[in-house]
Amino acid sequence: MFGWIEQIVTISWFNLKNLRQRVGSSIATVVGVAGVVLVFIGVLSIATGFRQTLAQTGDPESVIVMRSGSNGELSSVLGLDEARVLAQGPGILEGEAGKLASAELFVVVDVPKRSTGTPANVPLRGISASGFEVRKDFEMLEGRRFEAGKNEIIIGEGAAAEFEGLDVGNSLRWGENTWTVTGIFSTGGTAEDSEIWTDALVLQPAYRRGNSFQSVHLRLASAGAFQELKDTLTTDPRLDVMVERKTEWYASQGSALSGVISFLGILIGGLMGFGAVFGALNTMYTAVSSRAREIATLRALGFGASPVVVSVLLEAVVLALVGGVFGAAIAYVAFDGFRAATLNFQSFSQVTFAFAVTPPLVIGGLLYAALMGVLGGLFPAVRAARLPVATALREL
Amino acid sequence: MKFLHLLWRNLMRKKVRTTLTIGSIFVAFLLYGTLLAVKTAFGAGVQLVGLDRLLTIHKVSLIQFLPESYMPRIEGIEGVDSVAHATWFGGVYQDPKNFFAQMAVTPERWLEVHPEIQLSDEQKQAWFRNRVGAIVGKVTAERFGWSLGDRVPIQGTIFRPPGGGAWEFVIEGIYEADKGFDGSQMFFHTKYLSETIEFADGQVGWFTFRVADPSRSAAIAEEVDALFANSPAETKTSTEKAFTQGFANQVGNLQAITTGILTVVFFTLLLVAGNTMAQTVRERTAELGVMKTLGFTDVQVMGLVLGESFLIALLGGGAGLALVSWAVNTGDIGGALFPTLYLPTQGVLLGVALLLFMGFAAGAIPAWQALRLSIVDALRRKG
Repeated sequence: MFGWIEQIVTISWFNLKNLRQRVGSSIATVVGVAGVVLVFIGVLSIATGFRQTLAQTGDPESVIVMRSGSNGELSSVLGLDEARVLAQGPGILEGEAGKLASAELFVVVDVPKRSTGTPANVPLRGISASGFEVRKDFEMLEGRRFEAGKNEIIIGEGAAAEFEGLDVGNSLRWGENTWTVTGIFSTGGTAEDSEIWTDALVLQPAYRRGNSFQSVHLRLASAGAFQELKDTLTTDPRLDVMVERKTEWYASQGSALSGVISFLGILIGGLMGFGAVFGALNTMYTAVSSRAREIATLRALGFGASPVVVSVLLEAVVLALVGGVFGAAIAYVAFDGFRAATLNFQSFSQVTFAFAVTPPLVIGGLLYAALMGVLGGLFPAVRAARLPVATALREL
Repeated sequence: MKFLHLLWRNLMRKKVRTTLTIGSIFVAFLLYGTLLAVKTAFGAGVQLVGLDRLLTIHKVSLIQFLPESYMPRIEGIEGVDSVAHATWFGGVYQDPKNFFAQMAVTPERWLEVHPEIQLSDEQKQAWFRNRVGAIVGKVTAERFGWSLGDRVPIQGTIFRPPGGGAWEFVIEGIYEADKGFDGSQMFFHTKYLSETIEFADGQVGWFTFRVADPSRSAAIAEEVDALFANSPAETKTSTEKAFTQGFANQVGNLQAITTGILTVVFFTLLLVAGNTMAQTVRERTAELGVMKTLGFTDVQVMGLVLGESFLIALLGGGAGLALVSWAVNTGDIGGALFPTLYLPTQGVLLGVALLLFMGFAAGAIPAWQALRLSIVDALRRKG
């Protein structure tokens, strides 16, 4: 057993030292695998970043209530009476100015996107006085909050970065109303950072919504109070609502889009992988055939067939892993934290998010690289081991 | 022509290597075609939609309604042919995952403005007559197994019928869509909607109309918007093409993303293929020397090397492009995800250009070496 391992180590070390002689084709393999891993991680980092942003929206104590059957805040309608009944539900945290239940309006406005210059659907949310407290991580980054009753808006940090003209002090005209930007806010990297906020009571007349709302956002005293609240509200005959944990609701909102992106990433990465495996196979076949005599000599000296197989395989895997590390490193530097915005079809509005190259993605990329190495090395390795010693020695 | 045989024999010499090289180029072009089709699907129909159709939406956002009374006023503008309007219904069939678009329209006008919708006369008449009738694209009908006369329940999300429950539509027509038109959509009578839902009465989502002279599109668009300026519902009019492109941009900078991915793909696989070509020539150095000795000119030898590279690129790339166009054209592969999957001609042409470039780039350096190779050097070098 020890001899076997020693043989592998000897041959492999010998091979790796000789890499210099095959530098051209070895580099081609490394770059090939690096390219695949780069694209693979790059595309999946989009899906991961998008999913993370949505999953971070809300916390175990946040609850969203909409009309039952609606597929988003945009299509939901709740009357003022309903909103009042909702706020009396059990388990809702008591804030400084009463129960933490914010009745909200959700519309979209066209604002040009910086990256393309074309208009995009940016969410404009009208919140009630308790709307700030309902969101635990809310803070103003710049300027001040909007004043109740005035045509003032505050901008989420994501929206401020992705869309044009949303700077503090600017005035914007949408329809018949002019709005003044008074500040930039953050909710801690959630989907709500893509939004523009104002006073719900100002938004209602501007959009001719009478005194109706679209959703009520609540904060619970404890996460465990959710079920009781849900049961109470959904069985109340005065109401016709759906009650969801905000985290789960947002996660489900993004699942379709991140599913499509992941699918594309795996498809592209998978197809490209074939191309790279073909390249690696070429390299390893050439490496084996150019060393036919050398391998035969080793065999004649008493080295076994399996150490030859393992050593060829090892060489391929090492090359592929080097490529994988390069690819992952480039992906990390180029994409991690890269900000973008996309249309979330379910809410029909823009969500800004940052690409995320996470450790699982990197590990996945490296495993994929290793797999390409194994596939690229296996057949050439078997061929190397099967070389008839006598013929190979006579060759050339 | 006589050299083609020689090229072929050279390729066949190392079958495994040739297959693998062709394979990696095949993959590159398969990816190219796939990405192109997906990109086109996201910006559905951007290439094909004509300039002669304009779209008028609410200036603040697409989700805001416009008064139906705008229709005759738009129609009154010189150069406007026929106007139709549509309202997004956003219903759900059984499960929210079964997404497809439904719109409330004025049937006669809608078909007039959209000649891409292919529907037999009988079915047209049947639809016009039935207030709860709807027409649906073949893709969607097949997806859910609907046939003519079926009663289809659809849950309203934005519009809920009084008393709750689902809306019921009768499938009166199943249409085929021309290339570039999203043939998964369902259309039904706007009357059905406005008579059931009080707040939808007199309100529509957007107007779409054709103009007699496409070169006047921009002027007419301005005229429409001027008509409703300073009213409670100001409008924004653009060509359908500009609108779809703008909508595609909402998804993201698809141009930048696909270009980025394709650059990496091509660079990577070009290197892989180029490396193999170079290796092939290196191994044959002595042989090229013999050919030159026999009287092949420098240019002929270079041509042989370059020709081999082109041949590999053509075989691999051609097969890749062909497979994608076959899959896309016969294809259900797009399915519900991308109902308008197709390859624009422009893109295919660009693909062929890329293919020739790849053939050239992979063979250029080895070909140059072959051209410069002197007989003495070549023959002296030992294998």
